[in-house]
Amino acid sequence: MTALTRTMVLWSPDWPVTAAVQEHDLAPDAAIALIDRGLVFACSPAARRDGVSRGIRVREAQARCGGLIVLPHRADVDNRVFEPVIAEVERMMPGVQLLRPGCLAIRVRGPARYYGGEKPAALALIGVLDDLGITGARVGIADGPFAAEQAARSTAAPSTAARSTAARSTAAPSKAVSIVAEGASAEFLAPLPLGIFEEPALAVLLQRLGIRTLGAFAALDATDVRDRFGESGVRTHTLARGLDARLVSPRVPPRQLERSVAFEPALDRIDQVTFGVLAVASEFIAALIAANLVCTGIRVDIESDSGEVSGRSWLHPRSFTASEVVDRVRWQLQGGAAETGLSSGVTRVVITPEAVDSVGNHEHGLWGTAPDERIHHGLSRVQGMLGHDAVVTAVIGGGRTLADRATFVAWGDRPPAPATRPWPGQLPQPAPATVFATGHPVHVFSADGRGVSVDERGMLSAAPTEFSAEGAAGTSGMRRVTAWAGPWTVDERWWDAKTRRRVSRFQVVDDSGSAWLLVCTGGSGTGGAGTAYWVAEARYD
Amino acid sequence: MSDAAAGATALSDQAQKVLELQSRIRSMQATKLDTRALPTHPAIARLLPGGGLQEGSVYSVVGSATLLMALLAGPSAAGSWCAVVGVPEFGIEAAARFGIDLERLVLVPHPGDQWLGVTSAVADVMSVVVARPPKRASDGAVARLAARLRQRGSTLIVLGAWPQSEAIITLSHSDWSGIGDGHGYLEARQATVTVTTATGGRPRSARLWLPDNEQQFREVVPMRGMTAIHKATG
Repeated sequence: MTALTRTMVLWSPDWPVTAAVQEHDLAPDAAIALIDRGLVFACSPAARRDGVSRGIRVREAQARCGGLIVLPHRADVDNRVFEPVIAEVERMMPGVQLLRPGCLAIRVRGPARYYGGEKPAALALIGVLDDLGITGARVGIADGPFAAEQAARSTAAPSTAARSTAARSTAAPSKAVSIVAEGASAEFLAPLPLGIFEEPALAVLLQRLGIRTLGAFAALDATDVRDRFGESGVRTHTLARGLDARLVSPRVPPRQLERSVAFEPALDRIDQVTFGVLAVASEFIAALIAANLVCTGIRVDIESDSGEVSGRSWLHPRSFTASEVVDRVRWQLQGGAAETGLSSGVTRVVITPEAVDSVGNHEHGLWGTAPDERIHHGLSRVQGMLGHDAVVTAVIGGGRTLADRATFVAWGDRPPAPATRPWPGQLPQPAPATVFATGHPVHVFSADGRGVSVDERGMLSAAPTEFSAEGAAGTSGMRRVTAWAGPWTVDERWWDAKTRRRVSRFQVVDDSGSAWLLVCTGGSGTGGAGTAYWVAEARYD
Repeated sequence: MSDAAAGATALSDQAQKVLELQSRIRSMQATKLDTRALPTHPAIARLLPGGGLQEGSVYSVVGSATLLMALLAGPSAAGSWCAVVGVPEFGIEAAARFGIDLERLVLVPHPGDQWLGVTSAVADVMSVVVARPPKRASDGAVARLAARLRQRGSTLIVLGAWPQSEAIITLSHSDWSGIGDGHGYLEARQATVTVTTATGGRPRSARLWLPDNEQQFREVVPMRGMTAIHKATG
């Protein structure tokens, strides 16, 4: 059996709440509850005093605590806010393992030697968190991470009054440290209830067998446990016996790969900005290559003089080169004044890698490069000429109208999943080969020369005999209808007044043999003929 | 007077003969030395000169997007990349149904004034390129593009007229079935596809299902049995 690692665990209680307080700038003593799937995931001490606890329903929590601030729980916020804490702890004591946000494990040996004992090391660790403004942190030291974490949890919660900044004496934090002597972990764990393993099935089963504490569970024979509970049972049993042989595997601090460039004074011309970004982009790619990485997705954030920020992610089917990064910055500056255009000069550009991969997976073949890459280069050139969105691939999506069904994705971006489920209400096959980007207005007439319309009940006023298709692909004049079918009513989103759409579709064959998809809108309001608005949406040619 | 008339007919005969011989020479001369055919749908390949779309050639398709898709379906199904430049109304769903692989289809819907540059840049990397010229290209630009296509072995299909096209493919006499006077829906279509070669041979045409009621392209087989039955009953 491998030797146990003497481990120190730092635990900051209610970390999700601490993170949410920082994220939303809330008062630390407010009653806050974080909600995950309709249940309370974490709550602040103030809320807990009013009877809110983990696992109860939102409505019940609100009933128990009047001024409760309810926020959704976001794991990414927990991690993001914890990141500077890890960085600070790493600065003091290297070799930190992140157990989860709010909980760290460190090997004791090094710090204990440096600070002259386990307790001073633990106090130094708490001091780090205090300096960051995070109060209430606790430290447990024991053999193995599991026992150490339980030790940290077993420390008496310091009272809120004692935790005020004035009373940051050594007496208060020393209460927040719990040290289990070497070899005494099993003894320490013995009285704890089985609920601390987050395995409800096992806990319930053991309760029924009359085993209520870790000590009782640890007293069972390991072979019997394996026979009855399998591998996962053995793992739990080992933990219960205080024989947690897991090592502390320190994380590798992430490299600083993002690059930024600031412009002073602000630049208002795209070519100036791209020239300024050029050097940073090559540095960015060089740093990635030095780390044996290639980048397949970047995020470009552009800040302007008036405080606007335009951020967008760019993907690459292979990997970015420096000039391609510069292209993305240019496209973002050019791209649509509506969404990304900035109204004032550019002061700062930040390039962050979003997706990186090992360079080994992107190495070129020995004999030339893959054909796909040649295609990518050619299309990137066209994108350089016309802009990122000018070169697209198509995916068939869900929907009833032809415009809904065709989804265009810019070359290099990730396509959405194609629709695999059947869509009732779509057009019968074959699909029209020509789909006009914007419908051409047409006029449809019946035999007596009056306009044809569709009433509220979907009834046609008269059979169409002629229609004019002026402007549609350079044709003009009246076309005689030789065959037609319809109306097929499409009534979409009737529950939403803004986007609701009720149209009738027709297929019409003209005397030249072309078939058309005509769409009739309206004409139902007053019921009179001539109010209908007809559009040629597509042509079967 | 009769002499003059005889002379005129002899002259026109001669001119006719010269024209005929010229056209024979042209049809026997290949425009390229070594061309390879792309896999083309058999129903249309039969009509095309050389028995299929040739690499490095230019074809004109007039007035039918379905016909265009029928030409693209063969190479696309065989793994070639296709690009469509300047045709924003290209029906994606029809293309997918007719056998064009959307994963190997790239669209440049609005190339604007740079359509010639975009077409030649795309032709560098794609096997089949479809383009619709918004305006007439200069002869020099056409020749440069043709040279580039020959060098890269790409095929260009132009929607509309093109000065140096290998063949002009037109569609006429569409007959839709499945739709009536207020009932049914468009199911299948028979149309006549005519291929006129630039070398002046006789235009070849065939009656095709474009598409039939299983979204396939195939030749119309005249149903002899049916006519016999009709005769017998009638």
